[in-house]
Amino acid sequence: MKTPVQFKHNGSDVAVFVDGGASLLVALRDGVGDTSPKFGCGQGTCGVCTVLIDGEVHLACITLAETVAGRAVETADGLKSGASLHPIQTAFMENFAAQCGFCTPGMMMAAKALLDRNPSPTRADVIDAISGNICRCTGYEPIINAVLAAAGNRQRA
Amino acid sequence: MPITVKTFATLSEAASALQADRTTRFLAGGTLVMRAINEGDVSFSTVVRATDRAFGEIRPAGARITLGAGVTMAQVMAHGELTFLHPVARAVGGPAIRNMATVGGNLFAPSPYGDFTVALLALDATLAMQGGYSGRETPLEEFLSSRERNTSLVASVTFNRPSPDAFRFRKVSRVKPKGISVLSIAAHLPINGGRIAGARVAYGAMASTPMRAKSVERALEGRALDESGVAAAVAAAAEGTNPPTDALASAWYRREMVAVHLRRLLKGTP
Repeated sequence: MKTPVQFKHNGSDVAVFVDGGASLLVALRDGVGDTSPKFGCGQGTCGVCTVLIDGEVHLACITLAETVAGRAVETADGLKSGASLHPIQTAFMENFAAQCGFCTPGMMMAAKALLDRNPSPTRADVIDAISGNICRCTGYEPIINAVLAAAGNRQRA
Repeated sequence: MPITVKTFATLSEAASALQADRTTRFLAGGTLVMRAINEGDVSFSTVVRATDRAFGEIRPAGARITLGAGVTMAQVMAHGELTFLHPVARAVGGPAIRNMATVGGNLFAPSPYGDFTVALLALDATLAMQGGYSGRETPLEEFLSSRERNTSLVASVTFNRPSPDAFRFRKVSRVKPKGISVLSIAAHLPINGGRIAGARVAYGAMASTPMRAKSVERALEGRALDESGVAAAVAAAAEGTNPPTDALASAWYRREMVAVHLRRLLKGTP
C-alpha cells in the first residue's frame, strides 16, 4: 500500500507516494527526483544522504519518509539560487574540496547546519560538524578549509 | 517487501500493537530499525510508532530525573540540568545521529554500540515498561539480561541526579571525534566522609550488553579514591568481563585496555 506524504522540499510544496517503510532518501530520489542526497551505506554511517529537516541535520536513509509530513526538507540541490552558487558551494569549489564528489552534498549540508547556527566556527567546530560524514578520498583538510572559508565569505557578505 | 507502518497517538496503544504481533518492531529515532529495513531484515513486517508527547519529554523533578524514551541525544545535550550527561550524549554518533538517536533506542543498540546505556547502568536507572495497557518498573540491569526476549515498550528512564563530580564517563575509540567504542566506562562514585559509598561502575563493549563491573565496585566500596583504592579497583578491572572480538578490537585487547582506562577514569587523567 502506498502512503501519500506532503512536505516542503527546498521551499516548494511536494507530494509523493511512498511504499510502507520507505526512507526519506527514496522519497527524495525516486519520488521528488532530487538526486543530490546520495545512497551510500544505508546504515546511517557515511553521511552522504545528509539533509536538513526543519533546519536540523538528519540522515535521509534512516528517516522514515512519512515522518517528514508537513515539515521542511532542505537538500544540497536547494543551496543554489538561480545561476548563483551558495557561498558554501563557491568555497568548496575554490578550495578544491571535492575530489570524487560523492560525499560533497552531505558535507555541504552538514556545513550549512553548522553555519546557520554558528556563523564563525572554529576549526574544532567544523571537524565536529562533519564528523558524521565520511570522505573516502580522505580529502578532509580541503573540506575543513572550505567550510572555514565559507564562514569567512559569509561574514564579508 | 513493503513494511506496514502503524502510528498511534498514545504509548499504550503502541505497546498493545507491539505485543500483539511478534513480527513488529517499534520505531523511535530510526537509527536501528530503518537500518534493519535497508539491510533487508525480514524478521519483522510491521513498524509501530507513537506520537505521544510524553515520549519525547525530559522531566527533571528535584533529585529524580525522567527521560522519555524518545528523547534524543541532541535534546540531552541542549538541557541545562543534564550537564553530567552531556559528554555521554556527545559520545553517540555524529551531529545527525544525535538529532535522531533516542535514549530508548540506545537501550537496544547491540554491542559495541549503546554508550548512553552504560551511563544509565552506572546511574542505577529504572525503566518504565509499557506492556499492552499495563505498566511496570524494571531495573535496567534486569532489562538488559533479557533484552532479546523483550516485547514491551520502554516508555521512559528514571534515575537519581548524581552529586556533583560523583559521575564519570569515558569512551575509548580509535577515531575522534566520532568513533565506535573499543570500550566505554561509566562510574557513579558518591563520597561520604572521604570514602566511597555505593559505588556503581559499568562497562560498554565488554560483554554482549552493557554490564556492571561488580568486582571493581566491591574493590572501591568503603575506600578512598587514593592510590591504593585505585590500585585495588584496577586489579579487578577485567573480572567478569566477556568482551567481543570485532573489527575494532580483539577480546584480549579490550581486557588489557579496560584496566588502563579504568585507572585514568578514577584518577581523572586524560
